[in-house]
Amino acid sequence: MAHRNIIPIGPQHPVLPEPIHFDLVTEDEKVIDAIPSISYVHRGLERLVEKRDFIDFTHVADRICGLCSFMHSLGYCQGVEAIMGIEVPERALYLRTIWAELSRIHSHIFWLGVAADAFGFESLFMQALRLREPVLDIFEETTGARVILGVCKVGGVRRDMDNDTLNGIVGRLTLLKRDLEELSGVFINDYSVRHRLSEVGFISREDAYTLGCVGPMARASGLAMDMRATGYAAYKYLDVEPVVETAGDCYARCLVRIRENYQSIDLIRQAVGKIPDGMIDVKVTGAPNGEYYSRVEQPRGEVIHYVKGNGSRFLQRFRVRVPTFSNIPAMIKVLKGSEVADVPNIILTLDPCISCTER
Amino acid sequence: MKIFTMTKTVAINLVTGPATLMYPKKARVYTTITRGRIENNIDKCIFCGLCARRCPTYAIIVGKDRKEWEIDRLKCCICNLCVEVCPVKCLATDNQYFPPMTDRITGICRMRLEAPAQGEAGQ
Repeated sequence: MAHRNIIPIGPQHPVLPEPIHFDLVTEDEKVIDAIPSISYVHRGLERLVEKRDFIDFTHVADRICGLCSFMHSLGYCQGVEAIMGIEVPERALYLRTIWAELSRIHSHIFWLGVAADAFGFESLFMQALRLREPVLDIFEETTGARVILGVCKVGGVRRDMDNDTLNGIVGRLTLLKRDLEELSGVFINDYSVRHRLSEVGFISREDAYTLGCVGPMARASGLAMDMRATGYAAYKYLDVEPVVETAGDCYARCLVRIRENYQSIDLIRQAVGKIPDGMIDVKVTGAPNGEYYSRVEQPRGEVIHYVKGNGSRFLQRFRVRVPTFSNIPAMIKVLKGSEVADVPNIILTLDPCISCTER
Repeated sequence: MKIFTMTKTVAINLVTGPATLMYPKKARVYTTITRGRIENNIDKCIFCGLCARRCPTYAIIVGKDRKEWEIDRLKCCICNLCVEVCPVKCLATDNQYFPPMTDRITGICRMRLEAPAQGEAGQ
């Protein structure tokens, strides 16, 4: 009978980009149990909805998270628009889709870099962050900001893009795609990367379903769950096919994200081809009275925004169920029985976003 | 051959140079619409206070009687709403960021319309 130890990981740890804490109960090199604890960056953003005008609250929703900032404001605005029965112009829907897909590309490339850093491949991390830069430049040229875009608003979007810019984006993404193929070649073919990732952190299809996995975690285990298929924003006009892998290990989750990058580039090309002319916003009058669940596919999975208004300018309740939160049970299940050296990899393949989880 | 793959990478890197910018020496070029900071052309300002009322973070304080306009740069989220709502278009978004600060109080920028101009307004 080996001696049991408790190893604390986090909230400050070299491989963890954000503050989450684990107590790992270990026996030799095996993890027996993992106890997570969060709430190091709680900011009370949901309560703020009672003190801010519902139109101004879009800016707060924008700041829930850095990487998926646009999708949070998109989910919130969709909720409010559904309650108030606002018809968003089609051009605005397409622009929202383009920005959302760009966010997905930039989040996934960033994740690839951080994952490379977790298994100790530092130059690959640098290359990934270099490739992320063109996407951030597109953001800055089209919205005026690099991370917190702040272009979504209730009733449409704030800024328009002309056709030259749209075609320029497609051209630059084609260049980016060539670089990405080079980068993902390393992830797919490199011996040491495969050795660190394949057959680590296995989740079966049944487990992924019963534990409520969402996003790339679920899709890597063979569950074809993609909220984009429900057709919010302009996805109903585009061909969205969920990217599914069946292996269920860290390597499969890596592959899903790599392939989703190409899918997003393709979706942007489709959207630019189909975008109609017209207005980009409608005037909003009145105040929301009612409740709505808005579901949006973030880079990390499905996010649910619950919005409840009572007919005044200040909403009554706002609640976000983020993908990281529903992926944590699956991560705990995987951590039990893994090697201590694989723990960073497993935590990272979940793509945890603790700022989202605590708000 | 592994060795020739590496040679190719080295050659490409030698030709293209670094991907990064030697930052303080070489200034970064911002786009024309970069939301850097809010600037007020105080000579045109009529101190109506619409910007302060529209601001989602309550960063702007307008003193109508003192002819004073004040912004807290650390509160401001550069959402551009004040610029859109300004009736005389004296507000503008500059594409340069405000320099970093070590003291909370240096983030507060106060502008006052000078005394001679105030006299003109009184005539």
